[in-house]
Amino acid sequence: MKVSVRFSFGLAVLLTLAVLALSAPWVAPHDPLEQDLLNTFQPPAWFETGSRAFALGTDSLGRDILSRLIYGARAAITVAAVAAVLAALLGSILGLLSGYLGGVVDAIISRLVEIWMAFPPVLLSIVLAAVLGAGLHTVVIAIVVIDWTRFCRVVRAEVMVQRSRDYVASAVTIGLPPMRILASEIVPNVVPLFVTLLSLEMGIAIVVEAILSFAGLSVANDTATWGSMIQEGRQYVRQAWWLMALPMGCIIVSVLAMNALGDGLRELVDPLSRSARR
Amino acid sequence: MPLLAARDLHLALPDRSARPLFGRPPLTPILKGIDLVLEPGESLGIVGESGSGKTSLGHALLRLLEPTGGTLLFEGRDITHLPEPQLRPLREGMQFIFQDPLSSLNPRHRVEDILAQPLLAFLRVKTRKEARIRARELLERVHLPAAFATRYPHELSGGQRQRVGIARAIALKPRVIVADEIVSGLDVSTQAQILLLLKELKREDALIFISHDLSVVRVLCDRVLVLQQGAVVEQGPCGQIFARPQHPYTRALLSAIPLPDPETGWIDRDDLPVEVRP
Amino acid sequence: MNPLLSIRDLALRIGGQPILRGVHLDVHAGQVAGLVGESGAGKSMVGRVVLRLQPEDAHVDRGEVAFDGRDLLWMSEREHATFLGRDIALIPQNPMTALNPVARIAPQMTDVLRMHMGMDRDDALARALESLHDVQIRDPERVLRQFPHELSGGMRQRVLIAIAFACRPKLIIADEPTTALDVTVQKQVLRLLKRLQRAYGTAILFITHDLGVVAKLCDTMSVIHAGRIVEAGPVAQVFLAPAHAYTRALLAATPRYDRPGEALQPIPAALTEQLWNEARTLDTGAA
Repeated sequence: MKVSVRFSFGLAVLLTLAVLALSAPWVAPHDPLEQDLLNTFQPPAWFETGSRAFALGTDSLGRDILSRLIYGARAAITVAAVAAVLAALLGSILGLLSGYLGGVVDAIISRLVEIWMAFPPVLLSIVLAAVLGAGLHTVVIAIVVIDWTRFCRVVRAEVMVQRSRDYVASAVTIGLPPMRILASEIVPNVVPLFVTLLSLEMGIAIVVEAILSFAGLSVANDTATWGSMIQEGRQYVRQAWWLMALPMGCIIVSVLAMNALGDGLRELVDPLSRSARR
Repeated sequence: MPLLAARDLHLALPDRSARPLFGRPPLTPILKGIDLVLEPGESLGIVGESGSGKTSLGHALLRLLEPTGGTLLFEGRDITHLPEPQLRPLREGMQFIFQDPLSSLNPRHRVEDILAQPLLAFLRVKTRKEARIRARELLERVHLPAAFATRYPHELSGGQRQRVGIARAIALKPRVIVADEIVSGLDVSTQAQILLLLKELKREDALIFISHDLSVVRVLCDRVLVLQQGAVVEQGPCGQIFARPQHPYTRALLSAIPLPDPETGWIDRDDLPVEVRP
Repeated sequence: MNPLLSIRDLALRIGGQPILRGVHLDVHAGQVAGLVGESGAGKSMVGRVVLRLQPEDAHVDRGEVAFDGRDLLWMSEREHATFLGRDIALIPQNPMTALNPVARIAPQMTDVLRMHMGMDRDDALARALESLHDVQIRDPERVLRQFPHELSGGMRQRVLIAIAFACRPKLIIADEPTTALDVTVQKQVLRLLKRLQRAYGTAILFITHDLGVVAKLCDTMSVIHAGRIVEAGPVAQVFLAPAHAYTRALLAATPRYDRPGEALQPIPAALTEQLWNEARTLDTGAA
């Protein structure tokens, strides 16, 4: 099967990130927390004053940026995978039931979503952080709690469109029970949309983690995340712009990769868009 | 005993455009007291223009919609308000062919899976492998090559898709098939092929053929029922109705058909009765 | 007399795939010319080339499209635009999508008049009212204030006919204008079209798949298959003595309520194959 360039790009970037995150203790040249106060604000190695020992330079405490970026990928990947998948599953299941069953179930779920969406998300995450304490698990929970509504609404709308299609009626005429119809007729038609949304959500999750880190609501300061690196780098942006630019670059590339992967995956699972490309 | 009988059948559907802010939308009457009888092996044409309720009648006769009044008997059994679980075993005796095969064939399933579905649902076959073999036999019966089994619906032409729709309907050897406008989007040459196929198949089953095209009904059906705004204006044997239409609406429908004979006077003749003027 | 629209040897490809393979077609002033064929025969493309509405990736290989003695095919985009709406108008196929859903009927009718006829707002509005009156719309003032979705399919098609005739064009291209309509509505719309056509002496190129409509409406007709005209002539002649096997096959495949005894005959596969082979030899000859 022909695979698009975008898909290969997305897959390559994400696989690299995953491998780096998993093998961080072995591939990182330094301990990400190890301070070297004699070598603070080292620029990346390709600068004239750069040093071979720190390929991407050091921060205000002389910690190795490359190592911190690699450890930061761990947080990013965890959040992207766990939070996005949980939010997607929770929202989609509620959306499926809401759209397919209609009636009272739909009314309850829809009102819940509306009330939920009226609640300011930042406030919600601050409250959560206060209750649960800062940490990666708080970020994951905050993303799930805030973003399930997005899946719920979109999936519900799509299910309602699909439910009115004749192939659902024809599944009734051949005697399939309701849950079988949901599983064999409707779900496969919602999957491409789900995949697209999920890939977008993974990108959003990485960004949200960075924002929460930036606001100091994510992990404790001794763990390296891209968000906390941006937050620290911000103070020294005049002396050492790369402190901020490098983690930002990481975020941009991984979000792009996730979206590309999502588009590619949708083409793979969707016979319709496959032939449209031909 | 008639195969299918409707007595004073009424149907009302919620009018979503007039939905109030709270509560249920008002009901609009669609069918206003339909009487009809279908004998085994017979073919009945239901003719009407858009808004006549002919498609809703087809759906109500096979209980894809629940009538709001009157009685509906299938093989002598009252199915007017029979709940879906009790209806399900009867569904193998009544099949529907939908107007638009592109929307009635699930775009995510291959042709063989679409054809296998009813066979598996009613345990006519035990294994998937057996179902696939039967699917190929069905394709042969509707004069499609067996190689089409592994294609997706959107990879077929309009006429081929409609044949797949027919194959699915005859898979269970039903007692009655309702075909809703199944040749209306097709070219005359494809239409002629499908009509001949239906003629070939109808020797076994009773057929209700819903159409806006009186010429097609004349070619295919034994009896015809003319529907106008949810009520039967005239029904009887085709020979009689077409030779001596009694109701002005039937006469108007017939005279509005442009026959392929050059005739300059036809276009200036204003023979529509006042009550059917658009 | 010279034809108003004369298409000579028009060949067109889309993405390398031949769609038209040397079409010859004449439309005389004040006459209705039918172009009849099945889907994929290229009949709509002929109308689109005249209107320059062919898709971006379409490539005209050769041919001539002369309108009133001027070649439409090779003139500049700007020059061609002066003909559209004023001298040549279109009645589109789908009345449901042809009108802008978010605009009222009035501006959709007056815009073309103000642009092509240089009318001011009041004159254009007066002409729009007159045009709606022409198509027998009972309450034209009200219709002008309405949105397309408030009108029935038949009403919308009448509005589209009114728009087409509003500038009193010499030629109207009607692309399956009644296909989506009920048969009784179709008859009303066809009657109307014929009446206006006679009143204003307009020529119409009527594109359809329906032989019946051609028989009742048109003066001359052309039968198109695989991008070439297989038969052309006066309607009476083609129907009474069809010269080409494909025309005869089309007639035999058309069901008729008045002749139930005649067995319906699909177009023989051998004939279709032979026609496609002939068409493909044209491609290799041209390449």
